[in-house]
Amino acid sequence: MDGGAAFVDAFFKPALIARYAPEIVSGVGQTILIASTIVLTGLVLGVTLALIRSLRLPIATVMIVIFADVLRAVPPLVFVLLVYFGLPNVGVTLSAFAVLWLVLSLVLAAFVEEIVWAGITSVAKGQWDAARSTGLNFATTLRDVILPQALRLSIPPLTSRTIAITKNTALGSVIGVPEILNQATSAVSFSGNATPLMMGAIAYVVLFLPVVIFGRWVETRFAWRRA
Amino acid sequence: MHALVDQFFNVAIMAQAMPIMLRGLGWTLVLCAVAVPCSFLAGVLIAVLGTVRFAPVRWLMVIYVDLLRSIPPLVLLILVAAALPFAGIRLSPFAAVLLALTLNASSFYGEIVRAGIESIGTGQWHAARSTGLSYAQSLVHVILPQALRNVLPDLASNTLEVIKLTALASVVSFQELLYSADMARSVTYNSSPITLAALIYLIFLWPLVRLIGRLEHGVKA
Repeated sequence: MDGGAAFVDAFFKPALIARYAPEIVSGVGQTILIASTIVLTGLVLGVTLALIRSLRLPIATVMIVIFADVLRAVPPLVFVLLVYFGLPNVGVTLSAFAVLWLVLSLVLAAFVEEIVWAGITSVAKGQWDAARSTGLNFATTLRDVILPQALRLSIPPLTSRTIAITKNTALGSVIGVPEILNQATSAVSFSGNATPLMMGAIAYVVLFLPVVIFGRWVETRFAWRRA
Repeated sequence: MHALVDQFFNVAIMAQAMPIMLRGLGWTLVLCAVAVPCSFLAGVLIAVLGTVRFAPVRWLMVIYVDLLRSIPPLVLLILVAAALPFAGIRLSPFAAVLLALTLNASSFYGEIVRAGIESIGTGQWHAARSTGLSYAQSLVHVILPQALRNVLPDLASNTLEVIKLTALASVVSFQELLYSADMARSVTYNSSPITLAALIYLIFLWPLVRLIGRLEHGVKA
């Protein structure tokens, strides 16, 4: 067998591609499902926290800052292991899917809160004063004047951060969430061949390359032109 | 409440796990000390190659950056550690982690530095070249210093991500901080070593998180 054939046999074996295609496809479904629930939860929770912070209640602010700093400073895999292996011993058993969803949603929320909060504070104080002086109340000012400007500024970092956290769904393979990487690695150990792993990698590229290119477009589209 | 403290904040178990975790921390620091400069320099190289006149090289850099940004770092690591052996390439866990981290992080650094270079007006290039500096000299002495300064918050933020990514090494049995903590957890049936690992990451990285916040505000002001 020459080198090319040996390569194909080890990495792109047609029989194994056909054998494991259903597993990889079902992994893609799991990855999309968990990624979309994480994005939804993380964005809603993060924006909510930023809004609560804008009320400037001392205790709430301190708690939000601690939450955001801790979740941004510690690697997500540490939290995944902590929750997955720790909680059952205190009587709380969550499925691997729930653990991954919970941890990554909280991590995304922490980043979203910081990004949106930075957006809110970057809107000039004069905008607040002007809006309030026309008779708008706090909530209306925030909703109709501040947030539209703050969110526009936040869109590029929000996009790139959301993409990064979404890719972290691969961490689910460590605790057995049947997403792409998990399906691929178990197929590799069953088949003794790298083909399923290559299929998994290609599945990620197919899934995320359009997202990455979209993110690049968003960054140029919403870029705040610095002189 | 007692069960919770015993499971997550058991001081006796933390003390017991401390020696192997400090050794793990040592390896995490070594990994950071090698992976961060390697991936940063590779990123600068990618960004610079992204500005050359010869279009195919530029396209190649865009493909590299977008392809590697679309593969999750853990997938990259498993590819390097579990797929390369099928091609007869067996790397030590350290080398595998270093390679995977560098491939991943260099694409992000590359993208950031490219944005930095693009933020520098062409006038700077013309001025530098007209004083007689070569292309390389203009790049190193005029363009890159300004470009890197303009994207300092993003560079710092990506560095934080690279450091956090070293925890993935535990998945391929490289004995860094998280791996050591997880070993201690599985021996003691207690999660306190993982809590301790989280605290150690926090002690080292909280200042960096704060610094990044300040850098971002500084640039905006």
